[in-house]
Parts: sequence; structure tokens; C-alpha cells
Amino acid sequence: MCLAIPARVVEITDSEQAIVDLGGVRKEVSLALVEGIEVGDYVIIHVGYALTRLDPQEAEKTLALMADAELTPTEAAS
Amino acid sequence: MKYVDEFRDGQVAQGLARAIAAEVVPERRYNFMEFCGGHTHAISRYGVPDLLPPNVRMIHGPGCPVCVLPIGRIDLAIMLALEKGVILCTYADTLRVPASGRLSLMRAKARGGDIRMVYSVTDALKIARENPNKEVVFFAIGFETTAPPTAEAIRQAAKEGMKNFSVLCCHVLTPSAIINILESPEVRVLGTVPLDGFVGPAHVSTVIGSRPYEFFAEEYRKPVVIAGFEPLDVMQAILMLIRQVNEGRAEVENEFTRAVTPEGNLKAQKLVSEVFELRRTFEWRGLGEVPYSALKIRKHYADLDAERRFNLEYKPVPDNKSCECGAILRGLKKPTDCKIFGNVCTPENPMGSCMVSSEGACAAHYSYGRYKDAEVSA
Ligand code: SF4
Repeated sequence: MCLAIPARVVEITDSEQAIVDLGGVRKEVSLALVEGIEVGDYVIIHVGYALTRLDPQEAEKTLALMADAELTPTEAAS
Repeated sequence: MKYVDEFRDGQVAQGLARAIAAEVVPERRYNFMEFCGGHTHAISRYGVPDLLPPNVRMIHGPGCPVCVLPIGRIDLAIMLALEKGVILCTYADTLRVPASGRLSLMRAKARGGDIRMVYSVTDALKIARENPNKEVVFFAIGFETTAPPTAEAIRQAAKEGMKNFSVLCCHVLTPSAIINILESPEVRVLGTVPLDGFVGPAHVSTVIGSRPYEFFAEEYRKPVVIAGFEPLDVMQAILMLIRQVNEGRAEVENEFTRAVTPEGNLKAQKLVSEVFELRRTFEWRGLGEVPYSALKIRKHYADLDAERRFNLEYKPVPDNKSCECGAILRGLKKPTDCKIFGNVCTPENPMGSCMVSSEGACAAHYSYGRYKDAEVSA
């Protein structure tokens, strides 16, 4: 039940409600726990609430780090 | 799905596996606990152990809210439904958790209890608005991720002056459970649970931030790497833990920077502290009584507290004798160490709580690792 999924905000219906796109399915979620969310943002959804905004730049950085993991061993290992 | 599929890429996983293999010191053993059930699930589902060298071992932790819910708490919920005639609303996962007298919420429902599965606490509020003549109780379970939605619902109910809604609050806290494990004799004295570091919670950390873990790193000299719930996140976190161990560091590192900041979600934290306060102690399945490890509803919202409203008194109930959930939740045993794993106890007919939710160690092993484990032990 802790599983929570990233979804894209497609519409903000009022200040505390939004419609998100969850892999093609539209779902209503509450924005009561987050601030400053805009249409197009990705948020992590858990039990009907957005818990946090997902930072696309940080996601890119992490993916780059993973892709390069093999090429950048630390000194301790070499 | 974006931000999901990229973090499940098989080729990148192989690359991470090679990086891990290259960096482990062969004569050393690495024992890491993944605290969260979400990680347990990902590790089993994607076969992460197959990608790790034999000297890197993952230990399942107690971070599955369904698994740690003690029988006595479910008994209270069942009693409300069967004896007090309330409409009891609950998340799906709690329905099949075994309770006293061979009951579960599901079986209580078959006996006529009005028990309704909800996806969100907002659904419970809706049910209360639609049934003004009935008492509606929301059975609130979960860690720091589900507590803020419950807090928000309580505030909303107070604002609307709802008279027929209340919450049976069983929210528990991650840091206290980690301390309990670190302080356990198995870890401190006996060494039966060797622990070299933690994979820190994903979504819990989006709320509480990475800062609360600094204490463990400093005080107990254990590295913590907060990780997302996708398989690559877990692999990357394991690599980061191995590097910390190799370099003799014990720090809090964050792999899940796309969602977790040092301070966490301040708005959610503020809401939680406005509505809840700490319980002096709370019983966990497996860990027993853990001081200051759970939340209760503040006096200001007493009308919305089902425990006060129905004068509920908690009574501890011992677990099924053959069930090893307790030892599994403490990292002491593996699901396959339980004699009734997979034969008497299955997800269709769970005997213990770890077999109920897909994040429970036993259910995850049963669903994804059963055949492999059988081969190994044969
Ligand atoms: S297999 Fe079932 S009875 Fe055994 S420890 Fe797991 S949940 Fe408990």
C-alpha cells in the first residue's frame, strides 16, 4: 500500500484538486499537501493525494549517474 | 510510463550489477536492510538478489504498515463493525490480515459487518456525508506517507462540523522503528542480525526529508542511502552503500533526489503536527511495544477520535504460534524459515500479516521468489 506513482498534472480544477494522467487514465487527486503545482508538473500520488513534485532535472542526473556507474568506479575500488 | 520505465531498464541494471561486482571487496560481507516494504517488493519482483554478488545480502525490514499492525488493533476495528454497528472504511490491504478468533475484516464483513474498502480517506468522508445517520469510522494505518492525508481529512471533517465521522488512528513512525532495530540485542550484542547499512525509505522520505536519518548515521555509525522504489534506484543505492562501507563512511546519502529534499514536505509535516501528537508507546507486530513510535489524535480533535468516542481499550493478543512474522520483521529470519510458508500460509489464505500485502516479505517471496528459493534449499 506504500506504492505511489508519478503522474502528470493535466488540469487544476480548483486550488486543492487536480486531474492527473496516470499512464493514459485520468484521475482526480488532492493537492492539499503540496504547494505551487502547475499543469505539466509530475507529482507522486499516494492514496489519492499528491505527496511531492518530481524534479525532472534531478531525475535526469540520477539516470545519467546510473548509466555511467560502470565507467566511474571510485578510487577505493580501483 | 515516464519516470517509471527508465528506472526499470534491464541494460542499465546489468551495468549497475557489473559496477557492484567490481567494487565489492571479495573477502568482506555486506548486509543491508531495506526498511520499506516497497523496496522488499521491488527487490523480489525484479530479482535484484540475482544481480548481486553472493557476499551482498539484503535483509527485509519492518517497513510494511500492514505487516506491523498487531492483531489487537484489527480486533478493535472488527469490534467496531460487528458490535457498534459502524460503517468501517479501510484500505484494501488490511482486509485479509488475520485477527483473533480466526476472523479478519473480510470475514467480519461476511458475518454482516458493514466494512468498506476505500482507495482514499476522502472516500470515507464521502461515505460519512452520504450516511448522516450512521457512524463512519476510518481505520487509518500507514507510515508518514499516509498520515498527512488522514490529518487533512480530520481537519476537513472538523471544518464541516461532521458529527458521524471518526478515525481509528494506527499511524506509525519510521525513525522509531529503525532505532528499535538498531537497539535490539540481535544487532547490538548477539550479532545475529549483522547490519552494515540501510536502504532508506522512498516516499516516507518525501514527507520527512533526509535529515531525520542523520542521527543513525552519526550515532550508530550506519550508512543510509535513501532510494526510490524502482529496481534501478535500489541497485544504485546498494552501490552507494558498498562505496560507503569500503571507504569507512557512515553518512546519509540521497539517491532519490528527484523527490526527496533534506527538509521534506513542510506543509505535510505542519498538518501532521497540528492534528496528531506522539503516543507514549505503541505495539508493533514483531517489534513489541516501541516508545514514541506512533501517532494519536490531539485533544483538540477528540470528537473525531474513534478511540475516545467508543471508549476503546487496546488489548494485546499474541501471534499465531507457528507464524515467524515477528522474527522476519526484525530481520532475524527469512520467509522460507517458516515451516508453514507456502503450504499452509499463502496469499490466498494468510496465517500471518507478512503474507497479506504484496509488500510483505512472505507475500513478495511467495509471488516472485518461491521456486528459486525451493531450488536453493533442496
Ligand atoms: S509464511 Fe505466513 S505464517 Fe509464516 S512467517 Fe510468513 S506470514 Fe507468518
